[in-house]
Amino acid sequence: MSKTLFDKIWDAHVVKELGNGEVLLYIDRHLVHEVTSPQAFEGLRLAGRKVRRPDLTFATMDHNVPTDENRMNITDPIAKAQVDALTENAAQTGVTLFPLGDDRQGVIHIIGPEQGIVLPGMTVVCGDSHTATHGAFGSIAFGIGTSEVEHVLATQTLRQKKPKNYKVEFTGKLQKGVTAKDMVLKLIGIIGTAGGTGCAFEFCGEAIRALSMEGRLTICNMAIEGGARAGLVAPDQITFDYVASGNRVYAPKGAELEKAIAEWKKLTTDEGAKFDHELTIDVSDLAPQVTWGTSPGMVTDVTGEVPALDAVPEYSPADVRAALDYMGLEPGMKMTDIQIDTVFVGSCTNGRLEDLREAAAVIKGKKVAKSVRMIIVPGSEAVRYAAEKERLDRVFVDAGAEWRYAGCSMCLAMNPDKLKDKERCASTSNRNFEGRQGKGGRTHLVSPAMAATAAIHGHFVDIRELL
Amino acid sequence: MDKFTTFTGVVAGVDRANIDTDAIIPKEYLKSIKRTGFGAALFSDWRYNNDGSDNPDFVLNKPEFKTAEVLIARNNFGCGSSREHAVWAVAQFGFKVVIAPSEGNIPAFADIFRSNCGKNGLLTIEMTAKQVDEIFQTLEKEPGVKATVDLENQKVTVHAAASDQEYRFDVDPVLKNKLVNGLDDIGLTLQYADDIAAYEATHG
Repeated sequence: MSKTLFDKIWDAHVVKELGNGEVLLYIDRHLVHEVTSPQAFEGLRLAGRKVRRPDLTFATMDHNVPTDENRMNITDPIAKAQVDALTENAAQTGVTLFPLGDDRQGVIHIIGPEQGIVLPGMTVVCGDSHTATHGAFGSIAFGIGTSEVEHVLATQTLRQKKPKNYKVEFTGKLQKGVTAKDMVLKLIGIIGTAGGTGCAFEFCGEAIRALSMEGRLTICNMAIEGGARAGLVAPDQITFDYVASGNRVYAPKGAELEKAIAEWKKLTTDEGAKFDHELTIDVSDLAPQVTWGTSPGMVTDVTGEVPALDAVPEYSPADVRAALDYMGLEPGMKMTDIQIDTVFVGSCTNGRLEDLREAAAVIKGKKVAKSVRMIIVPGSEAVRYAAEKERLDRVFVDAGAEWRYAGCSMCLAMNPDKLKDKERCASTSNRNFEGRQGKGGRTHLVSPAMAATAAIHGHFVDIRELL
Repeated sequence: MDKFTTFTGVVAGVDRANIDTDAIIPKEYLKSIKRTGFGAALFSDWRYNNDGSDNPDFVLNKPEFKTAEVLIARNNFGCGSSREHAVWAVAQFGFKVVIAPSEGNIPAFADIFRSNCGKNGLLTIEMTAKQVDEIFQTLEKEPGVKATVDLENQKVTVHAAASDQEYRFDVDPVLKNKLVNGLDDIGLTLQYADDIAAYEATHG
């Protein structure tokens, strides 16, 4: 019988059928960070249990760590306690830790691919909803809660029911200046933030095939913003080249890699396989996307306007009104008239080297507007080193931006990087929820190129006009 | 999770309805990175004075109740937020059982609280309002009275001076099996340890 890519990987990981559609699913890689893991480790200890496979478990500190020069001295006692707890838990259980100050530290979803920890055909979980990122390799990757973190630590499995299959095909060729971020924002604008609930997306089509691994990671990262716990892309030569390149310590090498690639080539959806839902989006005319509200689905073309209250199918007029009140915007305002005062480039969505290159290309030789504060937070220390090797840090610093160390930073503002009340940010992150980047802060989600353009001009500009 | 075995312990009563999870454990105690140490925070706003000293009038501060293992209260116990810290606080004080009455449409326990209890080995027993009234009356006359809780036979026996008062209760069979055998979800999955090992052996 014809199978989807998702079903093939799922079926290959079923340890046992438990009845009522529930299965015991084997987990190949468990990624751990400091905020959602302490009670899970504690629970394990209280029950006298061990981490079953410390060799398959990898941890880092990312959510609450400072990203400035003084990052090693965490002044928030609760953040410090969480970081210290992870250090101790990793030492006690033998889990591999990339601690603060280590060359390999960074946002968990950036370092997983970078270190070769995540590979095609795997099942990957983490106590974080953006675990979907890793689906870009053609793997099943999804976020879990703290009780499930403990379950995976103890058993290397999860009790799960299989989600439905949702095919999202991107046809056509992107215009110059339009990116993977714009593709996924467009998708969420069409289906809303609950459109993929109960499903796993398979992203396919020529526009996906044309993307680098970095771009595919960006799209899968935001599957959760479309309601799906997982999103995946079938691996191809671009995937194999990525795994073979760079310093991917945990990836197979040589003959072992060749053997693995032969297996990975089977990771495709069979001809005639049935999907529960299908959607096709032509990206030929896709404009750069900018969110105007307090949900990633509240998004429009940079060439467009803030919509009328009753013109947003996925949201009620009351929801739109509330969002616009929070955002300090009115219907009919041109998106390019929205003035911003902060720009954040970073996060698990857009904190990879390619993202920094994209922003640097726009900003090179120019200055950040006087009214704007721009911070660049590499997704990992490895990204930071690579960017500095290319002198991207000089480009940003010369333009007047702040160059930081790796972490989640202003994506969720658990560390000291926060927006103040009513500050307005062009952000390359993934959530524009109320208060997400700081209490009262206003977030507009955009691509790195669009963020950099806004930094120079102090308002949104259609990047295509400048190319 | 420990197996739930028949035990005899002191009964403590907090004679209020709608005891919410904020009352069970106020939010300033949620910042802990631990799953332990919440027992001292149980009912803290009632239990401690503003200066941090014990409120001598609160039931759990009286010497005869410091080792209580059965908690009895009125309906809708555990309403409010979903914080599992509330269950941890009740259990870590030393309680093994919470008894509350259901009356008409009002449940004995809030849904999420009850579900969280099951994951932590804390038994919730639903009785009638009349039965709970009777136990409260006994508590008033005989503070420090003990009760035997027998989950296997679904029976609570309050050892009043005059004679034992026996109460039968219903329990979800799946939950009963979990508690009697000391199985949490992880425990249940570990029953398949051989299957997991076999999978690992064939999947590198």
